[in-house]
Amino acid sequence: MTIKRRHTEELPEHPDFLWKNPSPKKSYDVIVIGAGGHGLATAYYLAKNFGITNVAVLEKGYLAGGNMGRNTTIIRSNYLWDESAGIYEKSLQLWEGLEEEVGYEMFFDQRGVMTLAHSVSDLRSKQRNFYANAVNDIDSQWLTPEEVKKIAPIVNISPDVRYPVLGATYQARGGIAKHDWVAWGYAKAASDLGVDLIQGCEVKKVKVENGKVVGVDTNQGFISANKVAMAAAGHTSVLSEMAGFRVPLQSRPLQALVSELLEHVLDTVIMSGAVHVYVSQAHKGELVMGAGTDAYNSYAQRGGFHVIEHQLASALELFPIFSRAHLLRTWGGIVDIAPDASPILGLTPVENLYINSGWGTGGFKATPGSGWAFADTIAHNRAHELVKPYSLDRFVSGHLIDEHGAAGVAH
Amino acid sequence: MLLINCPWCGPRDETEFHYGSEAHIGYPEKPEELTDKQWAEYIFYRNNPKGWFAERWVHNVGCRRWFNIWRNTVTHQFGPSYKPFTKQPSRPK
Ligand SMILES: Cc1cc2nc3c(=O)[nH]c(=O)nc-3n(C[C@H](O)[C@H](O)[C@H](O)COP(=O)(O)OP(=O)(O)OC[C@H]3O[C@@H](n4cnc5c(N)ncnc54)[C@H](O)[C@@H]3O)c2cc1C
Ligand SMILES: [Zn+2]
Repeated sequence: MTIKRRHTEELPEHPDFLWKNPSPKKSYDVIVIGAGGHGLATAYYLAKNFGITNVAVLEKGYLAGGNMGRNTTIIRSNYLWDESAGIYEKSLQLWEGLEEEVGYEMFFDQRGVMTLAHSVSDLRSKQRNFYANAVNDIDSQWLTPEEVKKIAPIVNISPDVRYPVLGATYQARGGIAKHDWVAWGYAKAASDLGVDLIQGCEVKKVKVENGKVVGVDTNQGFISANKVAMAAAGHTSVLSEMAGFRVPLQSRPLQALVSELLEHVLDTVIMSGAVHVYVSQAHKGELVMGAGTDAYNSYAQRGGFHVIEHQLASALELFPIFSRAHLLRTWGGIVDIAPDASPILGLTPVENLYINSGWGTGGFKATPGSGWAFADTIAHNRAHELVKPYSLDRFVSGHLIDEHGAAGVAH
Repeated sequence: MLLINCPWCGPRDETEFHYGSEAHIGYPEKPEELTDKQWAEYIFYRNNPKGWFAERWVHNVGCRRWFNIWRNTVTHQFGPSYKPFTKQPSRPK
């Protein structure tokens, strides 16, 4: 199937049903907990790459109702460390062929991602990141303020503002996609290959016998499984506690917002750690902006309005033109954050139970790569090369993958 | 915005405070005897319950003092706040 880039006026019609809604069977080869992006991608690659189709994805709410349907959809692979380069670049490469592969439009749009530097130390850390990317063969450009202005004319680059723009990194292959369509594409493709997607099915207990997982108790009864894979994002701590082990994760609200529909003024993605802004303009025309995490632990999928106000005040520093835009909607998701701001992936202390978590504020971009490498990990019952560095053991060995600084605004 | 009850100053806006995560994490009594795993637990592992949580806040633009408070991580409802080194009130129902 060939997919042409289309404009909003010609959005394709959805079929009435993209996937079947079966009742759970008594047993499966693999149960995936959580129908967010990572769970759905994992199920798809299990079926597609390994022929493992006796798989159920259990979702307590509705498909992609968690962070998958709430993120600001920024995609890039220009992280600092080699381990990150591995998995995020694999992911970006998969994005580049994904719509064709699953046969579903996702509005994957490589409009570029620009990360601004505003102070001397900021500039140095961005340049360090830029050189690290070069060493890892990840496309990256260094932009002067004038070049920034050329790509994004609405950025205020005058030197006498609170946060002057001193330069930027630019990854031209980065961009955005329509997150719900990505979930639906994976869901449809997985369902077509025989995977059962079961919504309204909450895992209440992970059953372990003699150190090995045997299935899950749900609100729809016990379902047995040879293997169980957790892809529950903000609820990972709750699930691993059910299975009898702890994870070093904290769940926090992360909020985002959109403006009313505006004419197109921005055709790239702009991030700034110092000002704490990340913004893109959706295909329909709304400005999409992400805020910072709220300070406290929460499972409430909402945060404080002062966080939104702070976010908008920052945005106006860089984009004075936004001052007349109206805020249309704000929302929050619950993100699972590890001490080094990198994911926790792979095997667990329980045999045949696997973990895919800790993607925190930045896991949308990793959806294809994570699902791809996690499916391989589950199929072979050992960590895939790209997954290995992200084991739970790293918090004991000290091999942390510190992406706090590199990410800046963490996306 | 949360309204947080500082045990010294009374209820104030959340923006006057900084968060300090899980309460009652003491420095290890015999650090020299800790294994790497126990160090990892002390440094990196904190509880992350869905429900009532005893946590620390510091009233940094007010009295600048630390305190503990019960808060429900699902409803954001607060239980009692209490000063450090005082008896922990029981978990709210
Ligand atoms: C506001 C916001 C902005 C973001 N912006 C970006 C961005 O620009 N770029 C980027 O790369 N990332 C971004 N992220 C992060 C990204 O959204 C997440 O890292 C990623 O979506 C997490 O993986 P997921 O899709 O599998 O999670 P989710 O969609 O949250 O999936 C987990 C699922 O597990 C289900 N579940 C939980 N417990 C149970 C249970 N007991 N039984 C059954 N099901 C259960 C949940 O209901 C949920 O549907 C953002 C996140 C937020 C909240
Ligand atoms: Zn006080």
